[in-house]
Amino acid sequence: MTTTPLLRVQGLTKTFRMYHLDSMLHAFEGVSFELHEGEFLLLRGHNGAGKSTLLRTIWRSYLPVGGHVFYRSQHGEIDLANAADVDIALLRREEIGFVTQFLNARPRVAAQDIVAEPLLLAGHSQTEALDQARHWLDQFGVRPELWRAYPSTFSGGEQQKVNLARALILPQRLLLLDEPTASLDVGARAALVRRLADLKAQGVAIIGVFHHPGDVSDLIDREINLNTRVVADHSREDEHVAV
Amino acid sequence: MNLISEPAALERAAPRLMRAEPLLRMTDISKRYGDVRALRGVDAVVYPGEVMGIVGESGSGKSTLLRMMNLEDTPDSGDYTLRLPGRENENLFDLTRYERRMLCARHIGIVYQNPHLGLLMKHSSSGNVAERLLIAGERSFEILRSKAREALDASEFPLDRMDARPIELSGGMQQRVQLAKAIALEPALLLLDEPTTGLDVSVQALVLDTLKRLQRDRRITMVLVSHDLGVIRTMADRVMVMRHGEVVEQGLADQVFQDPQHPYTQQLVHAKL
Repeated sequence: MTTTPLLRVQGLTKTFRMYHLDSMLHAFEGVSFELHEGEFLLLRGHNGAGKSTLLRTIWRSYLPVGGHVFYRSQHGEIDLANAADVDIALLRREEIGFVTQFLNARPRVAAQDIVAEPLLLAGHSQTEALDQARHWLDQFGVRPELWRAYPSTFSGGEQQKVNLARALILPQRLLLLDEPTASLDVGARAALVRRLADLKAQGVAIIGVFHHPGDVSDLIDREINLNTRVVADHSREDEHVAV
Repeated sequence: MNLISEPAALERAAPRLMRAEPLLRMTDISKRYGDVRALRGVDAVVYPGEVMGIVGESGSGKSTLLRMMNLEDTPDSGDYTLRLPGRENENLFDLTRYERRMLCARHIGIVYQNPHLGLLMKHSSSGNVAERLLIAGERSFEILRSKAREALDASEFPLDRMDARPIELSGGMQQRVQLAKAIALEPALLLLDEPTTGLDVSVQALVLDTLKRLQRDRRITMVLVSHDLGVIRTMADRVMVMRHGEVVEQGLADQVFQDPQHPYTQQLVHAKL
């Protein structure tokens, strides 16, 4: 059964204009692809090919200079490339997640509270949010004695586990992953792959950049290579998606 | 590198998914003080539950704009509406001085950089908070005391010191008293004018954490003015960048800091980080 894509990226182009150098930096040009619910798309390319930049442009930390990112939200279709800031903020709260390798730890906020926060903001009860937070901290291998501690003092690996638990606790419809396995130990990596497989099975669409794509090889449906200047993905046409 | 084409970022569309109406809307605000043009055609829109950050150097007009939001001053031209029950379409600058004062006391809280502007330094801290409730018409001593206690507690002020006078308190504690006074009536809008500037870095982190916690628990709409980009980045959902009385750029906080579009913002971000 073919469905309407969740995401249609058309001719997306990002250029940075650096005034102090009086120069332009071309990150990528004319990127086009489609993504359906439950699909896992891997971005490939050498360092500097623009993989992370593409993720950040879809997430809108970076403003595109051309093209479209049509996203079929629960509220209707919208072009993320030029959507109003408040609409992007709304989608980030409700539908689109971004996972980096860095935790934004805040002073005096316990690990379990950081993890529970997205659920609280989505209206879940305190008890339920905390229960789930502890469940996911456990799944990612954070020891119970650390759940009430402040992650600002944790090691990089432990912070990353807290970060993943938080980022993946609330199922989103579109998930952007920027090297989430970078500083993870084997156990946490396995937990991450299990969680991603679950989310994918639930219909979450995923775009990821991985330093070691082997970690997620079983999940990958398609790849895009950003080494070529103009990227157009035509493989879709003969493909056939089972939902 | 191709220096010929210089594509600008795409023009952003009007909100389509966001169903809530803005709480605050300022339109085309201009103000002159003598020869100085303090504000030129400034527009601002803030949605319920948002934290809007305003950055800029001293003299950029950011504090003037905040004072207008607090109805302490009126512009030469421009409209200001707050979506309060029964007042949706009223230009608040048209209100009488008395009406403005009452509306402010009831619906807008403010924390100033200088606690002397916000507090009576020789009255008790609890009395400072209760004063706000008195203006709004509360007369029962018991209720005044319990509401003051509640607001001080929410501001993470040590309650065993609630009768100390602000003049006896540290800078961080004075800011907490100001904050308690500002939130005592559960305002629709909380304005913060350099609330942590001048505090020790560790104290600043604690005050910011309290603000964050309040914002999370109560979903208070906040407008935060600071020249400190770190403070804005920690707190704000969206950011307006001001220079010479004009808004030169606005956007999502992460976008303004990671991909600034205006030459002035690029300079600001590169200088401060």
